[in-house]
Amino acid sequence: MRKPATCLGLLSGLALFPMSVAVAAESGVNALHYPGPAWSPYGVGAGIGVLSWLTFYFSDKPIGASSFYAQVAGFLGTLIAPRRTKSLAYFRDKPPRVSWGFVFVLAIVVGSALAALTGGEFANEWLPPMWEARFGGRIALRATIGFGGGLLMAVGARLAGGCTSGHGISGTLQLNPGSWITAICLFLGGIAVAVLLFTL
Amino acid sequence: MDAVKNASPPAGHSTSTVDAVPRLMAGVLFGLTFGFLLQKGGVGKFNVLVGQLLLQDFTVAKVMLTAIVVGMAGVFTLHHFGKVNLHLKPTRIGANVIGGLLFGAGFALLGYCPGTVAVALGQGSWDALFGMAGLVAGSWVFAELSGWSKRTVEKWGDFGEVLLPDLLRLPRTAFAIGLAAALITIILLLERFTLR
Repeated sequence: MRKPATCLGLLSGLALFPMSVAVAAESGVNALHYPGPAWSPYGVGAGIGVLSWLTFYFSDKPIGASSFYAQVAGFLGTLIAPRRTKSLAYFRDKPPRVSWGFVFVLAIVVGSALAALTGGEFANEWLPPMWEARFGGRIALRATIGFGGGLLMAVGARLAGGCTSGHGISGTLQLNPGSWITAICLFLGGIAVAVLLFTL
Repeated sequence: MDAVKNASPPAGHSTSTVDAVPRLMAGVLFGLTFGFLLQKGGVGKFNVLVGQLLLQDFTVAKVMLTAIVVGMAGVFTLHHFGKVNLHLKPTRIGANVIGGLLFGAGFALLGYCPGTVAVALGQGSWDALFGMAGLVAGSWVFAELSGWSKRTVEKWGDFGEVLLPDLLRLPRTAFAIGLAAALITIILLLERFTLR
C-alpha cells in the first residue's frame, strides 16, 4: 500500500493531454469520409460488457487478445529453436499451449467473417482506403509499416501485461489501476503518432 | 491483497477438474461472439480505429466505455456474491506507462490492435496479416528481453495485484458507482458533441 497519490496524480494528469492535440487533428485526412459501424456502438459495447460477465462466470477468464500472438511465437520458437525458446524467461513462465485464450482469438476471425458476410461488409482489399488516400497504393509500404507497428505493439503489450482488450476493457472494468494507466498511455501514444502520420 | 482471492471458485470451475475440450468450446463460442460484435461495431475498420486516434471518430471510445460500465456492474455484482474470481494483472507503473506508450505508437502505425486485427482479417482486410506477423515477431522480441525486463522495468513502481479503490482507501461499491456515473457522463457528452 504505497504512494496512492502517485497513482491518482498520474491518472488525472495524463487525462488532460488529449484535449491539447484535439486542435492539431482538425486538418489532413478525415476519417469520417469513410464507412462507420453497422450497429450502434452502445449496443455493441453493452454486448461486450455482458459477454465479459459470461467469460468470468463460465470460463473463469477475462476477455483478452494479445497473449495469442505470444503463444504463436512460442510454438514457432519451439519448432525452430527449441532450446533457445525454453531458455527465455517469458516462455518459462508461460509455456505456449492451445488454451482458452488461443482458440478465443482464432474464433474472433470467424465471428468477424460471419458478421461481415451477413452484413454485406466483406472488404476483400489489401489497403484500407484511408491509408491509400494518405500514403498511396504501394502494398510494400503498408506491409513494412504494418509489420513494424505490430512488432512495437506486441513488445508494448507484453511489457504492460495486456492490450486494448485485456487492459482496456477487462482490466479497467475490474478497477485495476495498472489497466487504467496502460489504457490511458496507449491512447496517448497512439494519438501522438496518429496525428504525426495523418495530419501533418 | 484479498481482492483477488476472496471469492471461492464457482462450482465445477476449478481448473484441476475442468475437462479441456468443453473449456476450448466455450472459448470458441465466446470468441465467435466477440468477433461478431466487434465487426458490427465497426472497430475492425482501419478508418474507425485511426479516426479515434485522430479524435475524429469516437466509435471506439463509445464501445469501450459502454463495455466498461456494463461489464463492471455485472462482474462486481457476481464477485460480491462469490460467483466469480477477479483476474487482476499486476500494477507496475513503469511497465504500464512504457508498455502502453509503445503499444499506442504501434497501434497508430498498424491501425489495428491485437483483437481488432483479427476482426480486420475476418472481414477481408488482408493488410491485417502484416500486423499479425509483426505481433508474433514482437512477442518473440519481448521474450528475448523478458529476463532483463523482469529485473528492471517491471520492478519500477510495482504495486502488485491491487484494486484502485483499495489503493485510494475508498469503499469499493461507492467507488464503482461513482466511476460508472462519471463514465456515463462522458458517454452522454460524446453522444451530444461528436459526429460519430
